[in-house]
Amino acid sequence: MTGEDRARWVLRHADDCLVLAQRLGAQVSRGPDLEEDIAGANLAIDLLGQARALLTHAGELEGRGRDEDALAMERDERAFTNLLLVEQPDPDFAHTIVRQFLFDAWQVPLYEALARSADDVLAGIAQKGVKEARYHLSHSAGWVVRLGDGTDESHRRTAGALHRLWRFSDELFEADDLDLDMADAGLGVDPSTLRPAWEGTVERVLSEATLDRPRGTGSRSGGRTGYHTEHLGHLLSDLQYLHRSHQGASW
Amino acid sequence: MNDLLDLVALRTELESIPDPEVPVLSIGDLGVLRDVTQEGGRVVVVVTPTYSGCPAMDHIKDLIVEVAGAAGHSVEVRTVYSPAWTTDWMSDDARERLAAYGIAPPGPATVTITEPVRCPRCRSRRTEVVSRFGTTACKSLMRCRDCLEPFDHFKAI
Repeated sequence: MTGEDRARWVLRHADDCLVLAQRLGAQVSRGPDLEEDIAGANLAIDLLGQARALLTHAGELEGRGRDEDALAMERDERAFTNLLLVEQPDPDFAHTIVRQFLFDAWQVPLYEALARSADDVLAGIAQKGVKEARYHLSHSAGWVVRLGDGTDESHRRTAGALHRLWRFSDELFEADDLDLDMADAGLGVDPSTLRPAWEGTVERVLSEATLDRPRGTGSRSGGRTGYHTEHLGHLLSDLQYLHRSHQGASW
Repeated sequence: MNDLLDLVALRTELESIPDPEVPVLSIGDLGVLRDVTQEGGRVVVVVTPTYSGCPAMDHIKDLIVEVAGAAGHSVEVRTVYSPAWTTDWMSDDARERLAAYGIAPPGPATVTITEPVRCPRCRSRRTEVVSRFGTTACKSLMRCRDCLEPFDHFKAI
């Protein structure tokens, strides 16, 4: 596999972490209570740390001199290859939690598999990240249960968020040629193999939360090829504005 | 031989750099400082973050360059992620200092069922989690049900 191809694959996962970190960071000060506000910031900073390590590694594999900042701040929307799920907005706290839960339940088995990658750097990032992802999952799963099995209002909102976000869940498991080549080379993971673990977690938690698995939501994908929902452009303008308007600025 | 002695002395000095967020512990206590080696003509200092996004990491790297510089060494600081950092690397002595500082030390990370966390103030084990995320990435927030004081707990990972 060429360095360029390996970089493209690593970048997908870097973008997942970066975009979700930005979403969570933007929610700071809007948590339902102070503790949850701090929790959201902590989730964001873990994901940002994973994003930085993955971006740096992608830049090195690519070999064109782009560092983490160039990759995070100087690419346009079409060059981002994150999952559509992570760019979805936060109309209420239920969306924040359900998005996090669907992602965490996927990221844990992803990192467990990636921890055995033949790429030592990638394996190291995953071995570290999996500890964080497990902690995130126990937190987000706990909230799904608390909200789903809570008041009528919290149940209604959580069921609504689940219904709206479910259409982006198939994309978590879509494998293209790059995924399969990376998996064959022992460097990456075929995302379709993550489905049983994800289904197991989701089924267990939804059942405890008295939430039904959504049906008839349809299915959307395109993030891995740079076709995004309308939300990513706005998110990137927030993320990248300062860097692009004041190039080379530091403090 | 002099080079080797120099490296050992440098390592000892770097190990004593206090952690910016938990100053009662040094980066040696935490296991953040992994290695000090010589590669060709230059000294390489290897560090590993406690958490992927630990914001103190950049500051720690600056401190390493500064302290090494004062000792006459120009060093390269390199970050590694494997083996993944664990609180199990923390010595008993470091755990005692952490408790004396008011932060409940981590239990063993490798077992799932652990003893209840002990209040660093009154030593009671009747404690509860207030928030699974605390003031820094490495801590959760707890409360003692006997002395009623809130306290930080260093999470076991």
